[in-house]
Amino acid sequence: MNINFTLISQALAFSTFIWFTVKFVWPPLLKAIEERQKTIADGLAAGERGKHELELASQRSSEILKEAKQQAAEIIQQAEKRASEIVEESKKTAKEEGGRIISGAKAEIDHEIFSAKEALRQHAAELAIAGASKILRREVDAKAHADLLATIEEDLK
Amino acid sequence: MAADSELTPTKYIDHHLTHMTVQVSEGAFWTLHIDTLVTSILLGFLGIGFVWLVVRKATPGVPSRRQAFVELMIEFIDNEVKNTFHGNRHVFVAPTALTIFVWVILMNTMDIMPIDITAWVTENVFGLHYWKIVPTTDVNTTFALALSIWFLMIFFSVKVKGLGGWMHELFCTPFGKNPLLWILNLLFNFIEYVSKPLSHSLRLFGNIYAGEIIFLLLGMWAATGVAGAFFGAILGAGWAIFHILIVTLQAFIFMMLAVVYISMAHESH
Repeated sequence: MNINFTLISQALAFSTFIWFTVKFVWPPLLKAIEERQKTIADGLAAGERGKHELELASQRSSEILKEAKQQAAEIIQQAEKRASEIVEESKKTAKEEGGRIISGAKAEIDHEIFSAKEALRQHAAELAIAGASKILRREVDAKAHADLLATIEEDLK
Repeated sequence: MAADSELTPTKYIDHHLTHMTVQVSEGAFWTLHIDTLVTSILLGFLGIGFVWLVVRKATPGVPSRRQAFVELMIEFIDNEVKNTFHGNRHVFVAPTALTIFVWVILMNTMDIMPIDITAWVTENVFGLHYWKIVPTTDVNTTFALALSIWFLMIFFSVKVKGLGGWMHELFCTPFGKNPLLWILNLLFNFIEYVSKPLSHSLRLFGNIYAGEIIFLLLGMWAATGVAGAFFGAILGAGWAIFHILIVTLQAFIFMMLAVVYISMAHESH
């Protein structure tokens, strides 16, 4: 346990080790640790940013959804309106068409009635003339009474 | 154990506490404890080298287990330094603290090595009759470290405050600026400057040396017979386990004191 030259040698060794640590050991690890800290900080910031963006996006999506719903409601409303309009229009058209068909039918019926009446008259006149001819066969001169026959025929018409 | 024909307790302890010396030059001072020097430098290379090898390939990404271990240690030390030293600690103080911690803890840990087995190995494998494997049981080591810190302390005092500032501190603190108190202040500071390296080095030396002596005593007991061997082994194991704490604690205390002394040199009163 005596102080001797070992002390100086140990002090030299000590200072060499300190120099080595200061120069070669401490800086790279410090750099690595600091870089990692930066990476972690960046990652946390990115996460925060992502969260914020997600919030914004969800807000935007809900807005878009709301708008779309509104638009859909409008479209449906318009469609309903249009449908009722179409129904009304077709009702009107059908009515008109019906009226036209009815009036056409009426005209035809009238025509039919008229021609039937005409035919009947013709027939009745012929029958009357035929009857009268039978009765008056002898006394009637067809030629002499032609005027008369024509008048009767005319009256019956 | 020594190959002495007659082994007495005195011889046993004496053998274990004797350094292997080399005479560098004439005179008692020029003796070199070659065992202390070689062991400590080997341990320094081992410890600092390990840290360096890990740190060299340090990635900022996910660290390997070894890197995580080194980072854990370094961050622990860095935190302690940060709490004590207010300045740019990365330039000098924190790496110095790391050096001290790694080196001293390894030198202290040699104390846990089974003394007689290591002595047998150094004697029979390397042919070295005397070889103390615990560098911190040599006052030269602890004084070398403490005095280096002491010189650093004075260096930083002068560097930070200037020579005048340091002189002012020596003469005007802690009692006051009054010229009547100058002598008292100087005396007080002198005592402080002497006691700092003394307590710093002797605390480490004393703890580790005492631990070594207890291992030696237990080893002696073990030589007395079966019962002695049994209890010696049990107590030796217990003391070794307890010594893990002492070894770590003393390294930590030594490092912390070094940091505190250097920090105090940076702060003006």
